[in-house]
Amino acid sequence: MLLELRDLHVEFRTRDGVAKAVDGVSYGVDAGETLAVLGESGSGKSVTAQAVMGILDSPPGRVTAGEVLFEGRDLLKLKEEERRKIRGAEMAMIFQDALSSLNPVLTVGDQLGEMFVVHRGMSKKDARSKAVELMDRVRIPAARERVRQYPHQFSGGMRQRIMIAMAMALEPKLIIADEPTTALDVTVQAQVMDLLAELQRELHMGLILITHDLGVVADVADKIAVMYAGRTVEKAPVHDLYKSPAHPYTRGLLDSVPRLDQKGRELYAIRGLPPSTTSVPPGCAFHPRCPLAQDVCRTDAPALHRVDEHRVSACHFWRESLDA
Amino acid sequence: MARYVVRRLLQMIPVFVGATLLIFLMVNVLGDPVAGLCGDKTCDPATAARLRSEFGLDQPVLRQYLTYMGHVLTGDFGTAFNGEKVIELMGSAFPVTLRLTLVAIVLEVVLGLGLGVLTGLRRGRLLDSAVLLFTLVVIAVPTFVTGLLLQLLLGVEWNWISPSVSPDASFGELLVPGLVLASVSLAYVTRLTRTSLAENRRSDYVRTAIAKGLPRHRVITRHLLRNSLIPVVTFIGTDIGALMGGAIVTERIFNIHGVGYQLYQGILRQNTQTVVGFVTVLVLVFLVANLLVDLLYAVLDPRIRYA
Repeated sequence: MLLELRDLHVEFRTRDGVAKAVDGVSYGVDAGETLAVLGESGSGKSVTAQAVMGILDSPPGRVTAGEVLFEGRDLLKLKEEERRKIRGAEMAMIFQDALSSLNPVLTVGDQLGEMFVVHRGMSKKDARSKAVELMDRVRIPAARERVRQYPHQFSGGMRQRIMIAMAMALEPKLIIADEPTTALDVTVQAQVMDLLAELQRELHMGLILITHDLGVVADVADKIAVMYAGRTVEKAPVHDLYKSPAHPYTRGLLDSVPRLDQKGRELYAIRGLPPSTTSVPPGCAFHPRCPLAQDVCRTDAPALHRVDEHRVSACHFWRESLDA
Repeated sequence: MARYVVRRLLQMIPVFVGATLLIFLMVNVLGDPVAGLCGDKTCDPATAARLRSEFGLDQPVLRQYLTYMGHVLTGDFGTAFNGEKVIELMGSAFPVTLRLTLVAIVLEVVLGLGLGVLTGLRRGRLLDSAVLLFTLVVIAVPTFVTGLLLQLLLGVEWNWISPSVSPDASFGELLVPGLVLASVSLAYVTRLTRTSLAENRRSDYVRTAIAKGLPRHRVITRHLLRNSLIPVVTFIGTDIGALMGGAIVTERIFNIHGVGYQLYQGILRQNTQTVVGFVTVLVLVFLVANLLVDLLYAVLDPRIRYA
């Protein structure tokens, strides 16, 4: 495994008490593989990614338990300076909103070149030509001229290309993309996603794609981890999961996607709201919203049941879910 | 950019005319300048009438204003009643106040920014709370209290400085008066820097900078500070004009013969020419300082481009 999370816990100290934003997450990704992390807002997908990168706001955020194994080394045991050298060089992150994620007062050339200056000790001039190369590579037209421009002078799609270029600048082994297309126009979304997938194949990188867009997932992901209330509730290869989800929450997610062949019918929605991270229900966190819930769900938190060789489900009634 | 500067310069004309006219009218309402000239005694009516026609004071106010501005544009700020040329008064007063303002601005930048950055990066710690409380006290206490207190303690009780500044008004002598003049702005700069820094600390682009694996000092200086200082620079720039005109209290306390001192004397003696002349120059300084700040703003923040 390139990256493996083992039972990761992250807590935030807030005024309302301790929020268990991540409460036992385990997933892994191999080189050249794409893992999609799926879940509603607040399910802990982004916090998990930030904990992996080591960019949690701390305080208030804190990793309280678990392991983050990157090429077999537990990143959580490294010193900050060692982790810093890994960030950007070995693993990089792409954020959702490229406009706010890029520094407004520095040219894109400066921001791209900075990777080479800091991690590779290059001169500013060499770094600038590297920046132009990168912009060419993510197919930004007139890169030589535009390298001197500021982020606000680019369109949304072009800005996200710059974020991608920055993430792959040093050809990292792992890229974490946190909803990379959510802030973009639908027409541009596909282009940006294709570019990301293409570069990933070329560089044989591991890709963790955090999203709630099931359409994107089906196209590019090899496997899926579904998160709910800070826990992984199902992990499966993408086709198995789409065919027959082994967790009622996954089924709910799939059923709430609008479908052309069911035009005119009322859209399905999972009833209720996801729990607040400061007051997660006892037992299975999903039981208040679950159509299959029994008494046992209210008291016992389900273990991860092995469904088959490649998939697990955190549901007492995973068999029923498969058959439903 | 050039077009913007030209437009701004043209815009300065009505502001300049309005401000000077206003001050001209206000000084006129103050009372009879000829009466002031005679001091405590009542003037001889014949002499007063002669003086009035000599100074053109029997003309309508608007006419007086136009005549005055005509002179000002040729560099003639008139003569004070004691026979001194106003332009000569300016020549001795402005360099002193300029030095005082310079000391104040440097203190504001060094101490204000320094404390602001220090506390902004260590929010909630003891140092942060202490500085925050201190700035609050400085803002709450009027300048004349701070000034007199420092003069009494440093100048009289402990004899560290001379309580009154000599006519030379060297930089060394102006250190404490400069601190007094800067004190309130300094406190504001500290608080503004601290807030701005803390706000930007949580911004997405700082998170990106950390995720890129940049060393902490580079994240702070290159990414965080540059953005956080934009509002602070604006504040300091506009403060230059305010400090130069607002030095009346400080200059009185430490007996500095600068702009504030001359203005105070002018108002006290109803010396129209002095007051209007000095205020006219201050209005100009203020306008130019504001223009420079706006231009600097565009340099600091590329999102702002003037067309």
